[in-house]
Amino acid sequence: MNKMTIKVKTDKLKLWYGDKQALNGVSLDIYENKITAFIGPSGCGKSTYLRCLNRMNDLIDNVTIKGKVTLDGHDIYANGVDEVAVRKKVGMVFQQPNPFPKSIYDNIAYAPLMHDMVKKGKECDALVERALRDAGLWEEVKDKLSESGTALSGGQQQRLCIARTIAIEPDVILMDEPTSALDPISTQNIENLMTKLKEKYTIIVVTHNMQQAARIADMTAFFHLGNLIEYNETEKIFVNPKEEKTEQYITGKFG
Amino acid sequence: MDNYFHIPQLARRKAKAKRFKYITMMALMASVAFLLFFLSDMIIKGHGAFTQTYVKVPVHINEKTAKFTHLSIERKEYGFMVSRAWLRGLKKTLKENPQWMNTNQERWTLANSNVDQFIKGKYNRLKPKQIQKIKQMQKDGKIERRFNIIFFKKGDSKIPEFSGFMASIMGTVMTMIITMLIAVPLGVMTAVYLEEFAKDNKFTQIIEVNINNLAAIPSILFGLLGLAVFINFFGVPRSSPLVGGMTLALMSLPVIIVSSKAALKSVPDSIRQAGFALGLTKWQIVRDHVLPLAMPGMLTGAIIALAQAMGETAPLIMVGMIAFIPDISGSFLDATTVMPAQIFTWSGMPERAYVERTAAGILVLLGILLSLNAVAIYLRKKYTRTW
Amino acid sequence: MLSRKFKEQIIEILLMFASLITILTTFGILFSILFEAIEFFKMQSFFYFIFGVDWFPEADRFGALPLFAGTFYITTIAMFIAIPIGLLSAIYMSEYATKKVREVLKPMLEILAGIPTVVYGFFAAITIAPAIVEFFEIFGFHVSFQNALAPGIVMGIMIIPIISSLCDDVISSVPKHVRHGSLALGMTKSETIIHVVLPSALPGIISATLLGISRALGETMIVVMAAGLQANMTWNPLETMTTVTVRIVDAMTGDQEFSSPETLSAFALGLVLFVVTLSINIVSVYAIRKFHKKYKISNL
Repeated sequence: MNKMTIKVKTDKLKLWYGDKQALNGVSLDIYENKITAFIGPSGCGKSTYLRCLNRMNDLIDNVTIKGKVTLDGHDIYANGVDEVAVRKKVGMVFQQPNPFPKSIYDNIAYAPLMHDMVKKGKECDALVERALRDAGLWEEVKDKLSESGTALSGGQQQRLCIARTIAIEPDVILMDEPTSALDPISTQNIENLMTKLKEKYTIIVVTHNMQQAARIADMTAFFHLGNLIEYNETEKIFVNPKEEKTEQYITGKFG
Repeated sequence: MDNYFHIPQLARRKAKAKRFKYITMMALMASVAFLLFFLSDMIIKGHGAFTQTYVKVPVHINEKTAKFTHLSIERKEYGFMVSRAWLRGLKKTLKENPQWMNTNQERWTLANSNVDQFIKGKYNRLKPKQIQKIKQMQKDGKIERRFNIIFFKKGDSKIPEFSGFMASIMGTVMTMIITMLIAVPLGVMTAVYLEEFAKDNKFTQIIEVNINNLAAIPSILFGLLGLAVFINFFGVPRSSPLVGGMTLALMSLPVIIVSSKAALKSVPDSIRQAGFALGLTKWQIVRDHVLPLAMPGMLTGAIIALAQAMGETAPLIMVGMIAFIPDISGSFLDATTVMPAQIFTWSGMPERAYVERTAAGILVLLGILLSLNAVAIYLRKKYTRTW
Repeated sequence: MLSRKFKEQIIEILLMFASLITILTTFGILFSILFEAIEFFKMQSFFYFIFGVDWFPEADRFGALPLFAGTFYITTIAMFIAIPIGLLSAIYMSEYATKKVREVLKPMLEILAGIPTVVYGFFAAITIAPAIVEFFEIFGFHVSFQNALAPGIVMGIMIIPIISSLCDDVISSVPKHVRHGSLALGMTKSETIIHVVLPSALPGIISATLLGISRALGETMIVVMAAGLQANMTWNPLETMTTVTVRIVDAMTGDQEFSSPETLSAFALGLVLFVVTLSINIVSVYAIRKFHKKYKISNL
């Protein structure tokens, strides 16, 4: 691995829900055009950390965040930076496929139109097609673009959600356990898609499934009780972990 | 500022978002403002009725005026200011106070509604000369405003200053007794059947859908049912608390059933299973273990249903419960009126003096309804259990 | 001694009979209205009843179209007030209000919902109607004291809490992850509400609106106290007009014989009201079921 550019950098990131501290100062560099996986037992803070990267935690009352998160060296929590603008650069895919109650076409076109990225008509049609192609969904839905997005199967819905995220052309895509609600075949489709997408985007994925992390991730970070225990190339984490906790976790001693 | 995160038009979209939030807030404020306006309007219109004006005038009592009581007051001088109701009641007063006979003393008498309204600064039909006289009497301390005991003791009257709300309060109490006696057991039994006994088949589905439909039928149609079935078919006396209570009971059923079902549902299944494990029958489990636990929830539902039934007017008009009731009745079969019906009747009276009594009646009714709801909310808070 | 099983069965049958009362009530209402309505239509033409434009019971003319029109007109005025205010209030309550604000405002809306209709009627007749008359007379309009606007406005206010509480429920039960999907695309909160949350909640909102309409159509006291008695087909909300429920009350409180066409006309009108409100309710239940199925909520 050579020529690694830092895309997202966090410095001593701490987070409290009310009085309860959920992140105890996480410092982490995430590299461009790589898949970075976060693993760890539930409640370890990996999803909380992920949601700090596109300021989704702002939606929860009573959250205090300290530390620094930068995207290409730009502080996303700086004064005057709007969380809406951050989220346009850092897209997110959720655990539960959550297509909008709109047609497949509108699911994709909604955000680009609102962001004034394209005009209605041909330009928009092209964008929708491109996004669906990139998400590997085009062949399956090209004849039923006006049907409701909620009528698709679970795996298709998740790819639709990825497609609509791609459509706003973010730099980074966050994925919060994107396959945990899907069957094995759909999971495989999504995993293949992720490997393809990393050519264009930086992907950060939270997963419960260690095999998944081993299969697709270039880098893996292990979280435990709000701390970043170990962060390294995936192979090293799984084959030769430095920390005892990491080893215990990947060998199934707890979790 | 950092331009890295710049999105064209974002400022405009943000402004739009803010505007939208304010619009929704304004809508809510409009509802609240209306409520406050409405309540203050009622208090302004109605508070006057809680006091009543009395005037001190010379009363001549002798053999003749004891018989023709309207002669006991000098008509030209004081006739306009003394209530006809007071004069009418003089005979009775004399029986209680025989020492008044053959006296010519100044006595406190109930004022005519025109004087009363003038004193309260409201519309009245006093002539300028009469007003002068009243003003003089006010200076002399011969006019007093006292707590309006009549309003809380008497029934309706064609004389505004003598009309009271108590007959209708009693009527409401009696009607509600009937309503609750019918609706609560029936509603609870239905809920128990649907939640605990019935299998999920077509029959129970029909009942469930029907309960929902029943809740949406306009109340006036329940009145038509009461009239056609209870009065015309079964011969229940018209205008009686019995027929009114029966009609309202049917209306209250859906509310009671739905809340009772929710209360039963909130009792965890583990309790039932424990009962079965002890070899109890279904009914024994329901009676001894499930019902006691569901009781607070059911009670809350019953109180809410009671408050709803108490404010209902239209179906009661259909079964004739807008009778003119000067005396408080104590029978479930006699003609009666209820609070909302009394409010309706008074609001239709041509004399302006009834307006404040109507508003005061509304304040009393709202007071009772609010207290009932407060009790329901308190019960719900106190007994909400998380399993 | 009865055997335990036998006793158990008796109790179950008893409970079942109790639950049959609700069915009996619905059919009781339907048949008591239907039979008398049939009596009425034996004497009067059904066709004229539905399409006739003159309602003069004294002259034996029972054309109920102006009554339907008046009911519809006043309901429309009410819904023009209730739907936007009710829906927007619900949006504020479920999306923007902090917990503390909710705790204060929710009971206030509940109070509004608990006010008896006779009280609203008094308010419409004594406070709102004269205010409307005074206001429009500034501009030289002639306004009836029994104009359609006053009961319409007050009825709208009465329905606000019905719509807002139902909409609040459905909007709150749109799952969080649907909103987050939109917010994560860089949409503002209002864009998310308008383009994602409301379309998701649409069946529930439709259901709430239908229930509101059904309540308005059957509302009696407000119109009895504030609207007119005179059947009048007009587009002018400042004129007097009457409604189905007003004429039902008028027919039943008159001093005619029970078997007279005028009294029986109340049942014919009641039948129309029954059929219309029941159909609306069925559609509304269908809509809310659809919503609940979509998000797998089952409390109906």
